[in-house]
Amino acid sequence: MISRRDFLQVGMAASALLGASGVGNWSRLAAQQALTQEQLLEFDTFGNVSLIHVTDIHAQLKPIYFREPSVNMGVGDNKGAVPHVTGAEFRKLYGIADGSPSHYALSSGDFSALAQAYGRVGGLDRVATVIKAIRADRPDAILLDGGDTWHGSYTCYHTKGQDMVNVMNALQPDAMTFHWEFTLGSDRVAEIVEALPFAALGQNIFDAEWDEPTELFPPYKMFERAGTKIAVIGQAFPYMPIANPRWMFPEYAFGIRDENMQAMVDEVRSQGADCVVVLSHNGFDVDKKMATVVSGIDVILSGHTHDALPEPVLAGETIIVPSGSNGKFVSRVDLDVRDGRMMGYRHKLIPIFADVIEPDPEMAALIDAQRAPFEAQLTEVIGQTEGLLYRRGNFNGTWDDLICDALLSERDAEIALSPGVRWGPSLLPGQDITREDIWNVTSMSYGEAYRTEMTGEFLKVVLEDVADNIFNPDPYYQQGGDMVRTGGIGYRIDVSKPQGDRISDLTLLRSGEAIDPNRSYVVAGWASVNEGTEGPQIWDVVESHIAKQGTVSVQPNTSVEVVGA
Amino acid sequence: MELTRRNVMLLGSAALAATGLGALPASASLAEDEIAKLTGGAETGAGDLKITAPEIAENGNTVPIDVSAPGAVMVALFADGNPTPAVATIKFGPLNPSHEASTRIRLAETQNVIAIAQMEDGSFQRASAEVKVTIGGCGG
Repeated sequence: MISRRDFLQVGMAASALLGASGVGNWSRLAAQQALTQEQLLEFDTFGNVSLIHVTDIHAQLKPIYFREPSVNMGVGDNKGAVPHVTGAEFRKLYGIADGSPSHYALSSGDFSALAQAYGRVGGLDRVATVIKAIRADRPDAILLDGGDTWHGSYTCYHTKGQDMVNVMNALQPDAMTFHWEFTLGSDRVAEIVEALPFAALGQNIFDAEWDEPTELFPPYKMFERAGTKIAVIGQAFPYMPIANPRWMFPEYAFGIRDENMQAMVDEVRSQGADCVVVLSHNGFDVDKKMATVVSGIDVILSGHTHDALPEPVLAGETIIVPSGSNGKFVSRVDLDVRDGRMMGYRHKLIPIFADVIEPDPEMAALIDAQRAPFEAQLTEVIGQTEGLLYRRGNFNGTWDDLICDALLSERDAEIALSPGVRWGPSLLPGQDITREDIWNVTSMSYGEAYRTEMTGEFLKVVLEDVADNIFNPDPYYQQGGDMVRTGGIGYRIDVSKPQGDRISDLTLLRSGEAIDPNRSYVVAGWASVNEGTEGPQIWDVVESHIAKQGTVSVQPNTSVEVVGA
Repeated sequence: MELTRRNVMLLGSAALAATGLGALPASASLAEDEIAKLTGGAETGAGDLKITAPEIAENGNTVPIDVSAPGAVMVALFADGNPTPAVATIKFGPLNPSHEASTRIRLAETQNVIAIAQMEDGSFQRASAEVKVTIGGCGG
C-alpha cells in the first residue's frame, strides 16, 4: 500500500519542471521556436480536483519584465532554505540549465540578455488563456486569487482599483484574500467587496473595536467538487495596520491568529471537508511555520513574499505552493481527494511567457478598454535608462537607487529612504522610461514624499526596526518586506544579530564622516504610514528627476556591507 | 436581564482590579520581584494556563490580551517592559462559567506579557507571550 507520504513524494517527483533547454537561443524567434504554448500548458490531468492560483499581480494588466532577486537571505531555521536560494545556486538545486527558459523565469543572472531572448512575461490576457485551457481540462477548477491585486499601476490608482476588479471579475475567480487592497481605504474596499461575485475570505480579518470576526470577510468557503468537499480558508496579510497606514482602515484588525486558523480547520473538518486549502497572504516563511503549528491543512497557496518555486515545499503534511508575482506565473495544482483526505497531488508552476502564450482576445479587449482613457498619459516617454532597472533584493535594487537619487536632488536632502516593497517590474538597458513605468514602481494611496529632520540616533533606530521586520529569526515576527533602501548613507549590517545590534558603521556618503547620533540630518522619503504626511507625490518627484537627466545611469551600489549571512 | 455583548464584557471585567501605582524604572527584574511577592517565592509550573496576544502589536497603546486559566482562582498579568509592570489581577469565583478574561493593555516597547495563575490547590502556573511594538512601515 502506498502511504500518503509516498504519494506526496511521488507528486513532488512528478511535478513538472520545464524541460526544454534554451541554451544558445539568443533571439526572440529561436525562443519562440524552442517554447510552445502546448509545452507550457502540458499537464497530465490528475486526481479529481484542480486548483488554480494567481497572486500578487499588483495591477499588472500588460506583459512586463520582472527580474527575480539575487539577494534573498534566510535567517534562523530558514537559512539556506528555499526561497532563500538565488541565482546559480537555485538553478543547481532544481537542476535548471543555464540559459534555459526556467533560468530566465525563476532565477537571477544574465537577466538582461535572457530578457532579450525570451521577451516579456505576464499580461492578464495571457493568464486568461492559461486559465481557460485548464478549465477546458477541468471545467470546475477552483480559481483562487491571493491578493495584492487592486494595487500597483497608474490605471489602478486613477480608477481606485476598478480596472483590476473589472478584469479579474471576467476571469471568474472563486475566492480571494487581501493586503494592499485595504490601502484603497476601508469605505472603498467595502464598496467593492459588497459587489464581488466571489468570496472575499480572511479568517484573520477582525473588527478592531470588538476583536471579533467581520461579516464582510467570512473565514472560509466550502466548494463541492467531484463529490468531495474542498474548504478554502482565507488568510489576509497579518501585519497590515503596521506595515501600511492603519488610519486608512481603522475598523479592521488582523494578526496571524493561528489559534483561530486551527479552530477554522477543525470547524470545516467537522462539516465534512475532505481537503483543506489555505489561500494565504502570510509570506512564505510565515506559511511554513503556520503549517507546523496548525494541523490539518493540506495545501497552502502562498503569496506576499513574491517567491516562485518550481515545486511545492513540504512542511509536515502540508504542501506550500508559492506562485510568484506581477502576473508572471499561474500555479495549477491537481489533487486526488478521496476517503476524506488528500491522497496525492500534481503541480506545475506555469510561467507566462508573453511571446509564447496567445493573448485571449476578449480579455485583451477588456484590458485595452480599461487603459484607453489614460493611454496618452501612460505612454508618454519621460527618459531612457542606460542600465537595467529592477527592484527585488534584500537591500537595494537599481529602481530604488534611482528613486533615492531623485529624493536627494529634488528634495534637497542629505539622506533618502525608500520603502522595501517587493512589487514593481523591471526595465531593460536602453529602454524608454514611460510615465506608466514610473507609476508601476511608485503607485500607492500614500505616496507623499516627505522632507524631515532626524537625528543620527533615530535614523539607527529606524534601520534597526526595519531590519528586525525582515531578519528576526522567528518568521512570525517578519513582515515580508525587504530592508528600507537608503540614499546618501552607507552602513554595515550583521543579519545574525538581535535587534539593536545589527546596524553599525553608519556613514554619511557625502562627507565620508560617521553619522553623529546627536546631529540632525535632512531626510527625504516616501510611503510614510503616518496620517497627515505632506509633500509632493513620489511619482512626480521621480518623473521630474528623470526628465532632467534624459538618460539615467545608476551607479553600482556598494553602500551596504552585509555580514552574518 | 438581557445580556448584550457589552454587558458580557463588563461582567467579564467586573472582577478586574487595576493594580500598581507610581512610576518606577522599567526592568525585567522589577516584574520578577512583583511575581515573587505574589507567589511568595513558590515555583511556577506550566499547565493549562494560556495567554493569547498578537505577535506584533497593531497599536502599542491598546494591545488585546486574552487569558484562559481553567481551574484558577486568580490570574495576575504583568508587562515586564512597562514602567509599572503590574497590569491587572483577575479573580474567579465558583459561579464563573468560564475562567477566561480579555482586556487591552498599553505596552511601551517590545516586551513579554506574563500571566501568573493561582490554582484551586494553591499552586501557581506561569505563561508568557512576547509582543513586539514596532514603528512599522515597508511591508512588501
